[in-house]
Amino acid sequence: MVSAGYRVFILFMASTPYSLFEQRAGQPAPAEHAPGAWRACRALLQRDFVLAWRRRGELFLPLLYAVIVTALFPFALGPDPELLARIAGGVLLVIVVLAMLPALESMFRADLEDGTLEQWLLAPQPLALLALTRVIAHWLTTVLPLIVVMPLLGALLNLPVKVLPVLIVALLLATPLLVLLGSVLSALAAGARRSGILLALMLLPLAVPVVIFAAGAVAAAQSGMPFIAPLMWLAAALILAIVLAPLACAAALRITVEA
Amino acid sequence: MSRSYLPHWMHWLGSPPNFYRFAGALRPWLIAVALVSAAVGLYGGLVLAPPDYQQGDAYRIIFIHVPSAWMSLFIYATMAVAGLVALVWRVKLAEVIAMECAPTGAAFTFITLVTGSLWGKPMWGTWWTWDARLTSELVLLFLYFGVIGLYNAFEDRRRGARAASLLALVGIVNLPIVHYSVQWWNTLHQGTTVDFLDPARSSIAPSMLWPLLVMALATHLYFFASLLGRTRTGLLSLESGKQWVRAVVDGQPAQTTGAPT
Repeated sequence: MVSAGYRVFILFMASTPYSLFEQRAGQPAPAEHAPGAWRACRALLQRDFVLAWRRRGELFLPLLYAVIVTALFPFALGPDPELLARIAGGVLLVIVVLAMLPALESMFRADLEDGTLEQWLLAPQPLALLALTRVIAHWLTTVLPLIVVMPLLGALLNLPVKVLPVLIVALLLATPLLVLLGSVLSALAAGARRSGILLALMLLPLAVPVVIFAAGAVAAAQSGMPFIAPLMWLAAALILAIVLAPLACAAALRITVEA
Repeated sequence: MSRSYLPHWMHWLGSPPNFYRFAGALRPWLIAVALVSAAVGLYGGLVLAPPDYQQGDAYRIIFIHVPSAWMSLFIYATMAVAGLVALVWRVKLAEVIAMECAPTGAAFTFITLVTGSLWGKPMWGTWWTWDARLTSELVLLFLYFGVIGLYNAFEDRRRGARAASLLALVGIVNLPIVHYSVQWWNTLHQGTTVDFLDPARSSIAPSMLWPLLVMALATHLYFFASLLGRTRTGLLSLESGKQWVRAVVDGQPAQTTGAPT
């Protein structure tokens, strides 16, 4: 008896466009065909990883910033462990959001300046897919180190150990959502002559509900209440954003690149 | 081309010199009716309407607070629609209209927050609270600031207008959140009182409802008058090299395009 899941899998594989799995038929792709979308995305990911590796020293700066700001809180509020434990979850969320901002601003600027974005617009692959790939590469290189460092930052602020997994899961759901929203805004602001704080001004209003739900989950876990509902809301928003944000980002890139 | 057919008239209106003249003719009338209806509404609200059984006379700030709140949402919707027209159909006039909406909308949102704060101190005992309605209205203010900031960060005014229009469209999701916040969440802010779809079901006294609606009319007319004035100025600076602008500056009557019918 074929299970329902296997049937869904077969239907999905049968409905994917040929270009996504050009090797399926067992023939090499003809020379005049453009590379399929999957190959283009893999190439783009590889390029972003190589570029990130070349400036790997720069990737430590947001981490250092997060650690220093985390250390500022006990200096500002006094070292009372109970107070720190109460505010730790929310403070760490805000610190991650703020540490993400500088890198988010320059997501597309370098490629706009050297003409790569124009090639994206001319490419046969869907622009939204390329934008989504850039978002994934950005999250992996810039944001994931911040999340990895969370246990250390939690220890600095006396975060209760039982809350740490919930905080990590909330960040794993919230930060891709913020990077997706930030990609749209970064694409819009890439052509502006002086960005500065502009991206923060545009992103933070949209980040308010994300922070509310993530902090809600952490606070619920800290007081022993069920915390799954805010995480589900975050997951739903993330799924919506994965589908819709690349399309908006593509529209924004088109606006930015046309002279 | 006959202007008595609405699409033709709108196409005629899309040309900057034509809109400049049309707006200049319409604007004084809108201001006049806005001033008269504001006077009537304020008299009805501050003098004629009875004191509230719970709040006494302190409730009368409602006649500023609620119309401003309605305008803050209406102007954002107008900005988003104009931005959509600008992005999809590349209408130059729509770009100017969308960008000129933003400062007025931000001002109304600010007035809403300030008058609400002044009302909250005697009624709730606090200048501010983080409930859903107030928080989403504050987010709306930040969205307005974001649109204004993004538009002004570009050297090419038309590109800046298109980028800011996309941002306005992204933020449109906040509008139903502001409107339905008092139904979806447990808020300190009062729930839905005026029901537009069925006015008889509104839980506000008729003697208070009519000044409120008159003030809403006044603020709408003021906004349209302000928008027409700002758009005229925006068109002058956008088209500053053109012949028709030079004619306006030299004091000659503006030449309009298309056969008047």
